[in-house]
Amino acid sequence: MTKKSWAVVAVGAVIGAVAVALAALGNPGNMGFCIACFLRDIAGATKLHSAAAVQYVRPEIIGLVLGAMIMAIVKKEFKPRGGSSPMTRFLIAVFVMIGALMFLGCPLRMMLRIGGGDLNAVVGLVGFVAGIFVGTLWLRGGFSLKRTYQQSLTEGGVFPAMMLVLLLVFLLVPSLFAATEAGGGPGALHAAILVSLIAGLLVGALAQRTRFCTVAASRDAIMFRDFDMLFGFIAVIVVCIIGNLILGKFNLAFAGQPVAHTDGVWNFLGMALVGWGSVLLGGCPLRQLILAGEGNSDSAVTVTGYIVGAAICHNFGLASSANGPTTNGMVMVVVGFVVLTIVGLLNRERMD
Amino acid sequence: MMKIDARGLACPEPVVRTQKAIQSNPEGVAVMVDNMASVENISRFAKARKYAVEVTEEGGDYTLTLKKA
Repeated sequence: MTKKSWAVVAVGAVIGAVAVALAALGNPGNMGFCIACFLRDIAGATKLHSAAAVQYVRPEIIGLVLGAMIMAIVKKEFKPRGGSSPMTRFLIAVFVMIGALMFLGCPLRMMLRIGGGDLNAVVGLVGFVAGIFVGTLWLRGGFSLKRTYQQSLTEGGVFPAMMLVLLLVFLLVPSLFAATEAGGGPGALHAAILVSLIAGLLVGALAQRTRFCTVAASRDAIMFRDFDMLFGFIAVIVVCIIGNLILGKFNLAFAGQPVAHTDGVWNFLGMALVGWGSVLLGGCPLRQLILAGEGNSDSAVTVTGYIVGAAICHNFGLASSANGPTTNGMVMVVVGFVVLTIVGLLNRERMD
Repeated sequence: MMKIDARGLACPEPVVRTQKAIQSNPEGVAVMVDNMASVENISRFAKARKYAVEVTEEGGDYTLTLKKA
């Protein structure tokens, strides 16, 4: 392993440790970070949906974007670009979110759940890797969302600026936003704002440096036998297991897990949709936040797709709960596979 | 030497295209990309397959020259 490979492992370990700490400091169980859940909470806080249990402006999200932006600027990698099939990316992102909220977590939370002993997340991981495998077949077949083009500084800066404004307004006039009442659900469980923000900034900066991506971990191992990111992926889980064991929060079981359900088929299919869609998007939800921070407006559109997808999930009863998946959710996950197939068929390029 | 333009393509398309290119041109290829993440990915891929990699930068674009070592 090279020095860079070890850097990925080290950053994976830091992400795992920060995640365990955030959960211990107030975030929901096995939810130190969850890009899907946190964007869903932001959608709730900004009243795009009205599910009272999941409304909070998660400073981790803002920190991830701004941390990546600061690091990118320092390293002269802040490069505004966009125009690679933005509307198609939006559509795929909506379905990635539908898959994630079927399972109840983005790939990162899936890893944190495994690190807490949640065996349902192991089922999710199998589905996730299966979905990534299907995605790699499309890439091999010439799938492409076409090129990005250089954009203005303004275009690249709009999304990070919006995140900064969201943070300032949240700090100055918190009453503008909807917020889950104490004891009313996961939205009420959170670490102190400053702690969450710093955790986000730190992980955002480190993820920018190492290109950390939960999808690349399996994708590059499958496609190129490149295992660097996979070692980082494993490091997150190992450190979580150790951290949770130390804190006495490791509970190896299917039943009784925090913010999770035990329907194996739909945990598998939900994460398969996330894996497949994320390969088509070129990265996992965490990576999209980082790229948006680097000035990639396609990734900013993708994140917007996640937020709208989350609102759709809660406005139309697609999101699962601890009681399990909903019929509407099952229908839309299947629709998601059909949509990804159509998108795949319509975006093939000859490469020779 | 075969030259491929992988600028603006999302991960991992630049590597996929490099892989296809060296299949038909095993002696070496040149690949253009526009971001450091792609430079790192292609370099790692090339080194694992025993290619020597040379990177030149011009106006924010990078050209990687892969030669069979």
